[in-house]
Amino acid sequence: MRWFSWLTSSAANTLVDPVSGRKLYPIDGGIAFADYHKQETADIPIRNVAMPSHYIVPLRVNPRFTARPIVDIGARVRKGEKIGESEGKFGVAVHAPTSGVIRDLGQYPMTHVSGLPALAYFIEPDGKDEAIEPTPYRGACDDTDRIRDFLQQMGLAGLGGAAFPSHAKVASSPVKTLIINGAECEPWITCDDRLMREHASEIVAGACDLAAAIHAQEILIGIEDNKPQAIAAMQAAAANHGTVTVVAIPTIYPAGGEKQLIERLTGIEVPYGHLSAEFGVLVFNVGTARAVHRALTYGEPLLERVVTLTGAADNPGNRWVRIGHPIAELIPEMAPKPEVDRYLLGGPMTGFAIPDLDAPILKGSNCIIAASPALFPPPPPEQPCIRCGACAPVCPARLEPMELYWFARAQQFGKAQEFHLFDCIECGCCAYVCPAHIPLVDYYRYAKSEIWEREREKSKAQQSKARFEFRNYRLEREKAEKAARAAAKAAETKRRLEAQAQESHAEATASGTNDRDGAASPSAPDANDAAARKKALVEAALARARAKRAAEATEPSGENRE
Amino acid sequence: MLTALLVMGGIALVLGVILGWASVRFRAEGDPIVDQIDAILPQTQCGQCGYPGCRPYAEAIAKGEADINRCPPGGDEGVRRLAELLGREYKPLEQEEAAAKPKSVAVIDETRCIGCTLCIQACPVDAIVGAAKQMHTVIDAQCTGCELCVAPCPVDCITMEPIPESLETWKWPKPTGSSERKTTETV
Amino acid sequence: MITAPYWRAPVSVTRVMGWVLLALIPAIVLHVIFFGPVLLAQLLLASVAAVAVEALLLWVRRRPVVSAITDLSALVTAWLLVLALPATVPWWLTLLGIVIAIGVAKQLYGGIGQNPFNPAMVAFAALIVSFPAELSRWPLPTTPVAWQWASFLGTPNVDALASATVLDTLRTAVHSGQAVSELLGRSPVFGTLSGAGYEWIAVAFLAGGLLLWLRGIIPGRLPFAFLLTLGVLSTLAWLVAPERFAPPWVHLFAYSTMLAAFFIITDPVSGVVTPRGQWVFAAGAALLVFLIRHFGQFPDGVAFAVLLMNLAAPWIEMKTQPRVFGEDHP
Repeated sequence: MRWFSWLTSSAANTLVDPVSGRKLYPIDGGIAFADYHKQETADIPIRNVAMPSHYIVPLRVNPRFTARPIVDIGARVRKGEKIGESEGKFGVAVHAPTSGVIRDLGQYPMTHVSGLPALAYFIEPDGKDEAIEPTPYRGACDDTDRIRDFLQQMGLAGLGGAAFPSHAKVASSPVKTLIINGAECEPWITCDDRLMREHASEIVAGACDLAAAIHAQEILIGIEDNKPQAIAAMQAAAANHGTVTVVAIPTIYPAGGEKQLIERLTGIEVPYGHLSAEFGVLVFNVGTARAVHRALTYGEPLLERVVTLTGAADNPGNRWVRIGHPIAELIPEMAPKPEVDRYLLGGPMTGFAIPDLDAPILKGSNCIIAASPALFPPPPPEQPCIRCGACAPVCPARLEPMELYWFARAQQFGKAQEFHLFDCIECGCCAYVCPAHIPLVDYYRYAKSEIWEREREKSKAQQSKARFEFRNYRLEREKAEKAARAAAKAAETKRRLEAQAQESHAEATASGTNDRDGAASPSAPDANDAAARKKALVEAALARARAKRAAEATEPSGENRE
Repeated sequence: MLTALLVMGGIALVLGVILGWASVRFRAEGDPIVDQIDAILPQTQCGQCGYPGCRPYAEAIAKGEADINRCPPGGDEGVRRLAELLGREYKPLEQEEAAAKPKSVAVIDETRCIGCTLCIQACPVDAIVGAAKQMHTVIDAQCTGCELCVAPCPVDCITMEPIPESLETWKWPKPTGSSERKTTETV
Repeated sequence: MITAPYWRAPVSVTRVMGWVLLALIPAIVLHVIFFGPVLLAQLLLASVAAVAVEALLLWVRRRPVVSAITDLSALVTAWLLVLALPATVPWWLTLLGIVIAIGVAKQLYGGIGQNPFNPAMVAFAALIVSFPAELSRWPLPTTPVAWQWASFLGTPNVDALASATVLDTLRTAVHSGQAVSELLGRSPVFGTLSGAGYEWIAVAFLAGGLLLWLRGIIPGRLPFAFLLTLGVLSTLAWLVAPERFAPPWVHLFAYSTMLAAFFIITDPVSGVVTPRGQWVFAAGAALLVFLIRHFGQFPDGVAFAVLLMNLAAPWIEMKTQPRVFGEDHP
């Protein structure tokens, strides 16, 4: 078994896809797995799941944005009703997955590797599943701005995994090529495969809607060649659409990564920190394309997605699951085997072990794998790096993983950035082939989050410094103003005294010195007076505070703190 | 013998002149040292170092009047970075127990606040809002956790609350590494 | 916390090192067939010594011993050192070499993965500087096994039963004014292609190396660039001045050439990782080997050539960083 090829880059020269006859471009690195474990679920039709006892609908839509809650606790909502308002550029609206009652709005564990909580609605379904009146899109099919706003209101986010807000991609910048990503390169996952087999025409319709919205001239649907049925179904659906080409691409992980797919189909390399739209290309997942079609044509907000349930289970397969479905209530659907020791969200290369099964299915949750020690053995102990270089040829970003590891481990984050740490897409290929069993990706994620933390701290320190300096300036200014006022007042007093002195000059000439003493003394009783008044105020306030506390102790504590 | 000495001496002289000229001509125009120190300090303005703010402490370090290990909010790493910048020996923090404190922000118990404005006056970064006889509150995002407001409060209504870890601030832990690494750290 | 990827290829350092040892077996077998079993005694001695020295130093450095020993890297170093030395060197010399290789060149620099120089080549260089005579006595296929054993045990009675290598013989002869053509084939050290007996062991190194390449353990471009450069240089020199330079086949099928091409310059730790850098590294090593063989004072140039290139490796790597994805659109 040859576990890495030194000649990947040079061997993969000009390729032509036999399905479409299109030229394919070489991509770097990657891994061809011996067994993709897709056969477990790929041939089973998508089924529905029973309604859970509750839904946890998070308002945190993506790392950059949390929606604003707009429905009160105790309110009745119907399926598709907007319950979270989108704000800002990257926000999308949040909708109720079914009809029922909002029982709570609070912090619930999130579907995240940390298991930390985030703001979410707790919805108790009433079982009737009543929907609101749908409002399909009525505008022109090429009105980019209106479609963008509509998609934002429909809660459209990428269903491929990263849940990037779809409307944010639909910009008015000129886009030549629209790519629909049906590659699904990660092992075990088959949700896109099933969707393409069962809903090909809706995906193609959504692709055409998107192409019209962004004025794209051609639509490429990239599918890995290990999914012949999906390719056939999509070709049949695309037969009447001249602009749509279904392209079969070689099966190699991570060919379905956005940047890799763009490179494979167009030869364009989108550098870190740039949007693909800058290069005239946009990529949407097949599921997103279908959701766009459903939203525009039927006014359906994004409420559900296909989730692959697989792994050590007796009843694996793909299911239609609504966003907010607690994972714990989804797991019995697949009848996990007794040896299962944890559940992975996503595939084995980029997924994570779900820390809290009470967390809900999110828009980007594509797969749940029931993991057993037999399927996913614990990693062998980490050994020192021997610089064998096996990690470099498999890197799709042409990085030097061993150098990045070295700098991350030594906490030389600046050097790691110089070696393009942020170009790493965390695909895991390097860690997969490392003979020293070093968890390389962990080191990169660690280095990245340390760098982000430092940047946060640095910007906070700069703000604090600015505020401190401004405060010092303000105090100086106030002091100067006070001094000026005091001087003005003193001058005023002096003038008055002089005037008085002149007035009373005729009556009493001998008491002049006493008068001047008197001018200074009034301030002393004044100060005493002020102190006494303040003390009284403080005591009164204390009494008030005590009374208020006593009163509040009897009431249940409300939402007085934000 | 004499010629050799003269030649060597001459070479030394010429090289010395070139070196001296080069050091003047090509002097690295970096930030003044005080700015560089100030950039490392966390800008909490807490005064735990004994100076009224980060900048005065930076100036004192630059003059050699203060040690580099007097900034608890900067933590151990801050001391290390200062040591590296200044070419001084690393020292553990002076207040050991202070270094271990988690990052916190001040929280005013608004039911007890009497509106005395003492905390507002104490805050070095104007992160407390309120007016006389009005309830005060801390702007979390701007609080540096310096604790300077805690002592002046006459009704003890200010507490330091550790900042809870959120999805936005959560960090990937450092990989535990090979067994080899662990042993190095204990040695 | 166990994190992604949850899958790993069935690879390990032990496996990599195991394949290297396996690839050396054909050469060892041929060596025993041509020269007798002394080599096996050397290998056994070196293996035991290498593991012992490694374990001792790991223990002194308070590092985990078992996982470092079982990665087989000490055995690889030991075998390569033994194969780089004449099979008949006294036992204490082998032992000293192992102490230098494992103790100094490997563990003092921080153990596996940290050594800037190829440990076997550091030991070889130290020995050839200190004991040039012992390292110039290579057994011939005609050398009696009894003499080899005596030499191994440190009591050789007759020197003439062993000889310098082909290239060493040629170099000293040319230095003393003889023409290469007068020498070729006149001395028992010559075989058909290169050194008698050794030429076939070199072919076995080539076979083992090809196995490693096919298994993906070594990058093909290293031995390819090395052999290509050496071949081109020696051909040019030989065409220009056939009386002063050895023919290219003598160079290419010299024992040390094939050992270096597939097993020495392919050491990843002290070498270069970047693809373009590997071309530079291997070509540079070949150039130095050629120069030292013809113009140097030592019997063979491989060790010094490799050590010099090890020195240059970090710089080569820095200058040959690959173009990162999306960087500077061509």
